Amino acid sequence: MNERLWGILVDAFPKLLGYGVRVTVPLTILSFALALLIAVAVALIQYANVKVLRQVCRFYIWIIRGTPLLVQLWLVFYGLPSAGILLDAFPAAVVVFGFNEGAYMAESVRGALESVSRGQLEAGYCVGMSYMQIMVHVVLPQAFRTAFPALSNSLISMLKGTSLASTITVMEMFRQATVINGRVYESLGLYTEVALIYLAFCTILTWLQRLGEKKLASYGGVRA
Amino acid sequence: MMLEARGVRKSFDGREVLGGIDLQVEKGDVIAILGPSGSGKTTLLRCLNFLERADAGELVFDGERFDLHAATRRDIARVRKKTAFVFQNYNLFLNKTVLQNVTLGLTLGAKMKKDAAREIAVRSLERVGMAGRLDSYPSQLSGGQQQRVAIARGLASNPEIIYFDEPTSALDPELIGEVLAVMRQLADEGMTMLVVTHEMEFARNVSSKVLFMEGGAVVESGPSRAFFENPQEERSHAFIRSILEARGGERSQE
Ligand SMILES: Nc1ncnc2c1ncn2[C@@H]1O[C@H](COP(=O)(O)OP(=O)(O)OP(=O)(O)O)[C@@H](O)[C@H]1O
Ligand SMILES: [Mg+2]
Repeated sequence: MNERLWGILVDAFPKLLGYGVRVTVPLTILSFALALLIAVAVALIQYANVKVLRQVCRFYIWIIRGTPLLVQLWLVFYGLPSAGILLDAFPAAVVVFGFNEGAYMAESVRGALESVSRGQLEAGYCVGMSYMQIMVHVVLPQAFRTAFPALSNSLISMLKGTSLASTITVMEMFRQATVINGRVYESLGLYTEVALIYLAFCTILTWLQRLGEKKLASYGGVRA
Repeated sequence: MMLEARGVRKSFDGREVLGGIDLQVEKGDVIAILGPSGSGKTTLLRCLNFLERADAGELVFDGERFDLHAATRRDIARVRKKTAFVFQNYNLFLNKTVLQNVTLGLTLGAKMKKDAAREIAVRSLERVGMAGRLDSYPSQLSGGQQQRVAIARGLASNPEIIYFDEPTSALDPELIGEVLAVMRQLADEGMTMLVVTHEMEFARNVSSKVLFMEGGAVVESGPSRAFFENPQEERSHAFIRSILEARGGERSQE
């Protein structure tokens, strides 16, 4: 590796990492929080079979899963202003990532809820517990444990997916890499460098996931 | 009469499963509900506890009348307070320990203080011989042990009647005895029980009465002894014979 390239990469590193920590990570966390909120609500509506809302949820999942994320992003950021809905780039990205991943996560959460036997719900009724009490103390804890690996995977894929926000002008880690590259023309080196930083972030998340899976109560060793 | 059900009807998808069942239970009765598969035994128990909504029927419990079809939330809570239900698959809370399985209904359902609930739970678990496993999780117990915990969970609320839906059907043969022993002990202590079962030994020797159902109707009901020794209906006769034959077959295979 020649000295010029090395110098460029070393210069770029703190800038890239800075945008990663200050933009990519918060973007991921906010989007994931929104996605989780949506996923749990949608899954609970489907689990409890709430009549009209249930149809709404199915429609939402159908639309999201049937259209590309990039198209959703562009539709919201470049398209909606024509309809009078104007969002800044960052909030637009949070909304789109949140609603997008939320649809997939809703399926994970719903599957996890369904995997808790309905008999436990009935047993809860029979000892005088309310639906809410049974959900909070019995069903949701078990479902959360079951859904945890899938939700962790969603988080990781979301972190990588935030790079798409660069296409709607959000100055996050990847866009920063393209900006630097526009000055120095070192695509191979810079994009490798930014890939490695993503890899490091994802490795940390994977490690946290393993830790979490170990930490989660094992209920005497049963794998729900 | 402690409990009386009248005209319990239930259809699933237009197919009638219960065609107007009448049932009387005196305090201390142990009634075995017998009948071939699909005759509606489970559905009957579930309707009595509102796990299934009957299409019609009424329940008189301690002189208080409830509409099995149109009962309100409050009615349902009142009935469930006086009853316990033991399921074929135990349905223990898998994320809770043995002790928590029993206390949860007391603290959350009956709003009891933690200490008081614990005391009652331990006593209930002692009655079924499971007080030594307070901190175990259901997955660490055998089926027979899980079912005994489930019975303790039911006992904890001090019910007037316990419904059992085939409590030993999911168990390996060698584990059936310990559950039946607990049930027999409860019967001896005067507990009122309604037991759907295929255990003829239990029906004949422990239960005081038999209710024989077929096709969603009661074919014959009366004292156990009379039912087994001198069934009045041809269908009852055939049922008893078929069970004895099946059992004979099992024996000769062993
Ligand atoms: N939730 C349901 N939806 C539709 N059909 C049902 C439902 N529950 C029960 N049935 C039907 O009702 C009939 C009676 O069922 P039930 O479980 O009460 O019979 P059972 O006497 O308990 O039989 P088994 O001895 O096999 O347990 C069966 O034909 C069953 O398929
Ligand atoms: Mg049944």
